[in-house]
Amino acid sequence: MTEYNFAYLDEQTKRMIRRAILKGLAIPGYQVPFASREMPMPYGWGTGGVQVSAALLTPDDTFKVIDQGADDTTNAVSIRSFFERTAGVATTTATSEASVIQTRHRIPEDALTENQILVYQVPIPEPLRFLEPRESETRKMHSLEEYGLMHVKLYEDISRHGHIATSYAYPVKVEGRYVMDPSPIPKFDNPKLGNMAAIQLFGAGREQRIYALPPYTQVVSLDFEDHPFEASKADHPCGLCDATDSYLDEVIIDDQGGRMFVCSDTDYCTARQAAGHKGKDAA
Amino acid sequence: MEAQTLSGGFDNPAVQSSHAFRNIMEAMARPGQIHEIKGAEPPAPLSIAGGTVLLTLCDTETPVYLAGNADNDEVRAWLAFHTGAPLTGPSRAMFAIGDWKALMPLNAYRIGTSEYPDRSATLIVECAELAASGAKLRGPGIKSQAALSLPEIRAFQSNQALFPLGLDFIFTNGVRLAALPRSTEVA
Repeated sequence: MTEYNFAYLDEQTKRMIRRAILKGLAIPGYQVPFASREMPMPYGWGTGGVQVSAALLTPDDTFKVIDQGADDTTNAVSIRSFFERTAGVATTTATSEASVIQTRHRIPEDALTENQILVYQVPIPEPLRFLEPRESETRKMHSLEEYGLMHVKLYEDISRHGHIATSYAYPVKVEGRYVMDPSPIPKFDNPKLGNMAAIQLFGAGREQRIYALPPYTQVVSLDFEDHPFEASKADHPCGLCDATDSYLDEVIIDDQGGRMFVCSDTDYCTARQAAGHKGKDAA
Repeated sequence: MEAQTLSGGFDNPAVQSSHAFRNIMEAMARPGQIHEIKGAEPPAPLSIAGGTVLLTLCDTETPVYLAGNADNDEVRAWLAFHTGAPLTGPSRAMFAIGDWKALMPLNAYRIGTSEYPDRSATLIVECAELAASGAKLRGPGIKSQAALSLPEIRAFQSNQALFPLGLDFIFTNGVRLAALPRSTEVA
């Protein structure tokens, strides 16, 4: 512990990130530029989320990290041990016990409380980036609330596929003002973004942006009157815990086309199994 | 150099500022909610909460405006020693601190640009009282309704009308603070 400053980053860097977080909370959905630092992990491994977490952790926190819902993947394990080592914080895999949850591409199934903070790792924070590559232009589009292009993209989905085919990183509008990328969470999770009791912070390390949703913020997934937004998931129960309300991963189990569907939220699934729920594929 | 200048800072900066920031962040995320922060002991007339906010958020990169009687030799020396923040007038300040009357007029501060609304000032308003009653607040961060004793109402309504531009406010009293971001509707 003595080898590092508390939570790895130096104090001046933390102040810079903290100022960006406060402005982000004051302007929900707006991407605040920040001077992202090199972290001891490559870009794309959650450096944005790690910097946001480092700026807000206190020694009293209990920290949880999930990677697509799972506590036990390489990314989640290494970030968790990074903060165990540099901040000395307690860690957990139980959603309800965590005060700060860093996540890659999922929102936990259990509803979060006012005493929790959800930190997202974001690869591309700009929802308009694949439609307009120039930052100077997308910035102008946000300032003018010029979001027609995004609706054209969703419309093209409909004309090509008959429905909106975007299934993750589904764009949302925050408080009727900024169109925001919710990070590559499945659109199944989109309805949880709005009116959440917890503070939601988004960190994009490579792209050097921080943005935020205060609690109880209005978040609307973009759609059309005749093609309303629909939160979708695989139409199966979980193979291990039989849950029908959770987001599922499809797992290939042999080379004969065999597959099973399991909860992507490992903590949710484990807790249900411990409570006696059993799916058809459970051992 | 006076002893008072050198003392009154954090004695464990990393940990104390992390606790202070969490409370400032909770306050900014939940407008109207009152939190306690301490750690700094700034010279008069600054409050403990006001001084702690400065130590937590200010450094050589953040021009600070000391308004009214907050601008005295002791405060200048204390802020310089503990943060290194350059002092400036309202038009270039990222942070300003003082009582409500001294901070006027609000149109002297930066409210950001339409492409960068975050380039705006945060005002730390030292208040004689701070209570969860009075003006009614609605907006992001507030479940249904919150209330906060504000020095006036009109100014915050016109600030909210500028959204996404505008100023953000932190109200301090003793060791307590509350915040009012530009997104909050005041009635």
